[in-house]
Order: sequence, then C-alpha cells, then structure tokens
Amino acid sequence: MKYFGLVWAGLWRKKTRTVFTMISVVIAFLLFGLLQGINQGFGTALSNLDVDRLYVSARTSMTDGMPISYLNRIRGVSGVRAVSMWAYFGGYFREARTPIPAFATDAVELFKVYKEIKIKPEYIEAMAKTRTGVLIGQELATKHGWKVGDRIPIGTSIWTNKDGSNTWQFDVVGTFDASAYGAGFPTFYLNYEYFDEARSFGKGQVHYYIVSVQDPTQADRISHQIDEMFANSTAETRTQTESALAQSQLKQLGDINFIANAIVGAVLFTLLFLTANTMMQSVRERTSELAVLKTLGYSDAKVLALILIEAMILCLFAAMLGIGLAAVVFESPTLQKLFGNFSMPAIVAFMGLGIAVVLAFVSGFPPAWRARQLNIVDALAGR
Amino acid sequence: MKMFRQIGAVTAMNLRSMPQRASTSAVIVIGIAGVVAVLVSVLAMSTGLIRTMENAGRDDRAIVLRNGSIAETSSALDRNSARAVEDGAGIRHNAEGKPILSAESMRILSMRKKEDDAEINVILRGVGPLVTEVRPELKIVAGRMFKPAVTEIIVGKQAQAQFKGLNIGDVVHARAANWTVVGVFETNGDSHESSILTDVETLNSVDQRGAYQSVTVFLESKSAFQKFKDSLMANPTLAVDVIPEREYYRQQSKTMSTIIAVIAYVVGGIMAVGAIFAALNTMYSAVSARLREIATLRALGFGSTAMVMSVLAEAFVLALIGGVIGAVIAWLFFNGNTVSTSGGGMGQLVFALSVDGQLMILGIVWACVIGLLGGLFPAIRAARLPVATALRAV
Repeated sequence: MKYFGLVWAGLWRKKTRTVFTMISVVIAFLLFGLLQGINQGFGTALSNLDVDRLYVSARTSMTDGMPISYLNRIRGVSGVRAVSMWAYFGGYFREARTPIPAFATDAVELFKVYKEIKIKPEYIEAMAKTRTGVLIGQELATKHGWKVGDRIPIGTSIWTNKDGSNTWQFDVVGTFDASAYGAGFPTFYLNYEYFDEARSFGKGQVHYYIVSVQDPTQADRISHQIDEMFANSTAETRTQTESALAQSQLKQLGDINFIANAIVGAVLFTLLFLTANTMMQSVRERTSELAVLKTLGYSDAKVLALILIEAMILCLFAAMLGIGLAAVVFESPTLQKLFGNFSMPAIVAFMGLGIAVVLAFVSGFPPAWRARQLNIVDALAGR
Repeated sequence: MKMFRQIGAVTAMNLRSMPQRASTSAVIVIGIAGVVAVLVSVLAMSTGLIRTMENAGRDDRAIVLRNGSIAETSSALDRNSARAVEDGAGIRHNAEGKPILSAESMRILSMRKKEDDAEINVILRGVGPLVTEVRPELKIVAGRMFKPAVTEIIVGKQAQAQFKGLNIGDVVHARAANWTVVGVFETNGDSHESSILTDVETLNSVDQRGAYQSVTVFLESKSAFQKFKDSLMANPTLAVDVIPEREYYRQQSKTMSTIIAVIAYVVGGIMAVGAIFAALNTMYSAVSARLREIATLRALGFGSTAMVMSVLAEAFVLALIGGVIGAVIAWLFFNGNTVSTSGGGMGQLVFALSVDGQLMILGIVWACVIGLLGGLFPAIRAARLPVATALRAV
C-alpha cells in the first residue's frame, strides 16, 4: 500500500495521455458491455421463462393450425392445471401499416395460464359477458387512445365476418399490464367463440394451445403424452416448453449473433494495441526515473510490479467505468420494454473485468519486463 | 506562395520521419482500420439484404394483394378476384394471347438447417402455369420443372445449400402431402432462391384452400403500371392493392435493413469516438517527440500555419492508410459472404454481404474525419508552442 503514491504519480505523469487512453478503453468496454449484455440478455430472458407452461402447435408448422376439439382432450391429461389458446386474427387499426397483434382466446383460462399478467378480475368477467369484447395491453391502449367502453373498428385482410365486411367492431372491456412478461406477449384479445362463429372460413382452427402444468417436473411427461395422443391424426402436434419455443424463434434471426461477437473481437484487438502502446511509451520516457528508483535500492521485481500495477489500475478503472455506463444504458425505458425487467447481467460485468485484467497484463508486461531488465548505469547515461 | 512551400517542406519532413515513430503511428492506423472494418462490414449486411430483396422485383411487374394487406402472408384473393385481375389493362400477353401472370399462394415449411440442425421456416410458394414467363430469370439448373397435379417441388439454390433433405429425389413431409424434390432453380441470386416452388393448384388443393394470396403480373412496360392499377381500382367487385413489385420487396426488407443500418452507425459511431481519442494520443506524442524540431523550424521563420498543416497532414495520411486497410479487410473477408436471417414474415432469407465501392468510400471518409479531428488539437498545440521554452525544454 505504501507504494500506491508512486504508482499514482506514474499514472498521472502525462495527464492528457492517460485520460485519452482511458477514454478509449472506457468506450471499448462500453461497447463490450452493450453487445454482450444484449446477447446475454436474450439468454437470461429465455431462462426466466416459465417452465410450467407448454405450447402445443401443429407439428408441420405453427401456421397450420389444429382443430378446437383438441382443447378438451388436452384438458383431460392428468397434471394439466389450465389450458387456453391462441387463434391468429392479425388485423390493423385504420390502415395496414399499423398492425395489431390480435389473437382470439378464452380469456378466463388465458389469465389462469399467464398468472404473472396483471388484470382486474372484473375485466375478465366483463370479457366473458361481452361477446364482442376485447382485452388490450395497457401500452397498446394508450398508443391508440382506447379506453374501456370504446367501440373500435379493426380491419383485417384475411377474415371476412358475417356481414361480408373486413372491418370488425369490438368493444373494449378492459386492459391488462403484461410488463412482467417482457416483449413478445400478444396484447389484443378477442373472444374465440365470437370469432369462430363470425368468420366465414377456417372455422374451428386454433394455432396454439397454451398449457399450464401443476408440477414443472411433470412437463416432459405431459408434452409426450399430448403429442402421442394426436400421433397419426391429420393434425399431429408438437409440444414445447416456453423457452424452447422462444429459442427456436430466436434461431430465425440467424447469424446476427456472430456479427455481435465479431465486433467485440475487433474492438478489443484494437484496444489491446492502443493500451500496450501507451504503456510502452510511458515506460520509455521514464527510463532514467526507473534507473533512479533502482539506484535507491528498489529490486528488479519491485519495479516490474510497479509498472504492472499501473497498467492494472488504468485498465480496471476504465473497464469498470465502461461497463457501468453500459449498465446505465440498460436501465433506459426502451431496453426495459424489450427485455422486461432487465439489468446488466453480472456475468458480463465479471467477463469484462476478467478481460481488463488480461488486457492490463498483456499490455503492461512487455514494458514492465523492459523496466526490470534496465541496467542502472546504461539507463542513467541515457544509452 | 511562400506559405505553401513551407507547408510542403515541413509535411515532407514529417512524413519522412514517420518510420521512426512507427509504433505510435500504428495506433492511428490500426484504430481507424478497426472502426472502418466494422462499419463497412455491418453496413454491407444492410445493403446486401436490400439488394437481394430488390433484385426479386422488376419495374415492369406488379403484385396484386387483397386491400389492407402489407404482405402476402396476410392476404387472401378468391378465385373470382384472381380471374378479374386477368382483365386488367396493360398486362403483357404471350404468343397464345394469354395474359402473363401468376396467381400464387404460400405456406410455411419447417426445415432443418445443415449447419446446426435448427428448425427454420422456409416458404413453399405455389405458382401459376406461366411462372417462367412472368419470371424469365427463373432457370432450372438441375433436374426438371415440377408437374402440375402431383406433389412435386423445385427448390431454390440457396435453400438447397442451407437445409437438409432438399436434394433431388428427397421427399419433404408436410401436412397432408409428401413433396418430392424434382429440380433446383436459380433466380439471379434474389430472395426467391431461399424458397421452394410448386404448382399453385396442387398446393391449394392439398391445403384445402379456395383462395390465392397474391397475383403477380408482367406488364407491357414500366409505364403501364398506372393504367393497370387504375383499371383494377375501377372494378367495383375488386378490393385490392396494386404495388410495383420492386417497391413491394423493398418494403418487406425495410425493417430488418433499417435495424442493421442503425446498429452499424451506433456501434461505428461509438468506436469512432474511441478512435478519435487514440488519434489524439498519437498526434500529441508525435508533436512532443518533435518539440525541438518544431521549435527550431519556428525559430528559422516557419509560420504557425505550416506547423498546423503539417501535423494535420500527418494525421490525415495515417487515417487514410487505416481507412483503406479497414475497407479492404471488410471487402476481403466479408464481400460475398452469405448470412441468413429472417426476412420479415418471408421465411428464412439467405443473402450475400455486399461491400461495394460506395460503402468503401464512406468508410474512408469516416477515417479521414476521425484523423482530422484527432490531429486538430495536437496541431494547434504545435503551432502555439513558445519557441524559447521549447528549445530549452529538451
């Protein structure tokens, strides 16, 4: 600890240079934190998904649909707590460029399956009583200025209703808060019964059954049981857990992940070069000072340690600052919306600090070694 | 004139002495090369995606969708509507006097990627009998064309390269039908090469579907579009949107390409700030290494403008080298590299990164701006140096 002053003085010997180097390192770690954080964020979001929810879709493709008659058979499987469904409606408000994520469902069951979603019980009751009712996510309602009691026209390019029209009139009976789920939860629900009765084709078709199981350890058995039940029928099913489903949707994004890693690689390489250079330069300039230290009786090892610690402080401090900045960015409302309650994963912070230590060592060791090898007489003579 | 001679002389001297400062100079070069390489290669994804989508469209083709649908997936056109489109004005007719158009519908097939066995959505598109006349760019490169009324498919070159079980003779199992692969096609590298084609009537009957999703028509010329659109709009039995094909495909890729471009500029921008500080560092140390030299020159009567310009010129040259290296790296490693991503409701889309001249120039311009910003303050310092102290300092 008593050498701290010495290291500190060495660090601030050239203020501008140290500050500039530090800023470059901070920026590199900011990028690292952001890219890896988002990467990990997807991962964490996936593992946070409910393990006791299963999604049943048609085996061939989720767009194929399954008959509504499956509902009661799935409900009959032992260990199933509740089953609801999604039938794709699509739709848009006013013009096609403002799509609405609308699904037809059985609202009473839906909110039994998604326990984390906040909704007033009277809204669910109202939905059950109002055939043309819809339940809407808070955010979507605010965006379009919809209030409970409003009658809203929703257009669709697929479904013609009984009047032969493409515009469906719905009554807003309630809103809900899906923020606990994060992004990706459909936020517009109409009554399946009403929809099925009014649509002119595709009757009796459902795209997803969402099954809530009593005991998560039974999830595997229940998935197999469901799939076996419909094997060799015209609409075979595939049952996946929530995280498996999300993972396969993420896979659709393809190679984007690789790009993020490539960027981080490029940034860190550039940075390594830069810091190494600064340290090198600073040691070279101090040749005579280091010789004086050695004359005063500092051992070779001590001089080496002093330089290494200097590099360590520079890199670690800058890395912490950069990752801290990234963590602040993650608290911003837009990212919160994307991931649900998301903050900088601790693993990324530790990875960052680990990289900072490696960086400090790789960039600090060659000049430190040079300092250790200094011959007092030559160094003082400026040779 | 004298000033320019001075600038020339000092700059030449600087540049000649640059090898002595090789390692600090390399900081600028490598730092900027990194920024430019990242910027150019990420933007190359965006341009590659746009290019692949746009190639799928032609100005003299138009696509007809049910009104209110932004994509084929959310469109439905019944038989009567599809037939009514045939009577539209401005459609090109073939030698037999038939209007050249293709009523199409599609469905999603789940295929497994060769690379990691991931399950990916691929489009199976049913096309009309005149498809090769509507899309003259469609060429069978192996096997043969599918026959109508039997469940045969031809697969795009990219789809075949990416997914398992799409070789000629393979059978793809899907609901209610098993599709036999009978051929492989090419469409000049556009987005259709990531899809699979079959006869539309076969697909509709397998899926028990009475409606098409879209009709693509070949127009007499680009200018016939308005005439064609007006004639359909005037038909009271039709409720359709008519979109130039190129425009349609551009819209489909818009979200994805915008996201990628934003990522490129945000990441590139943050990296650029880092590189500016690296450049500042280098140029400050270049100036302090030459303190005595600069002071001597000033004492000899060289003006401060010459000093500023010489430092800026050095930064500029280093940045330029870095920029060119970065752009070339991006070009060498990424140009023509294929990546795949979800094409916005279009199933999986394979496209090639395209590093073109325009992008490389953009990267080099960024490099020069970073270099000049990084050189500016050290240059001013060099110019302001009090001659006497600087001479004594060293």
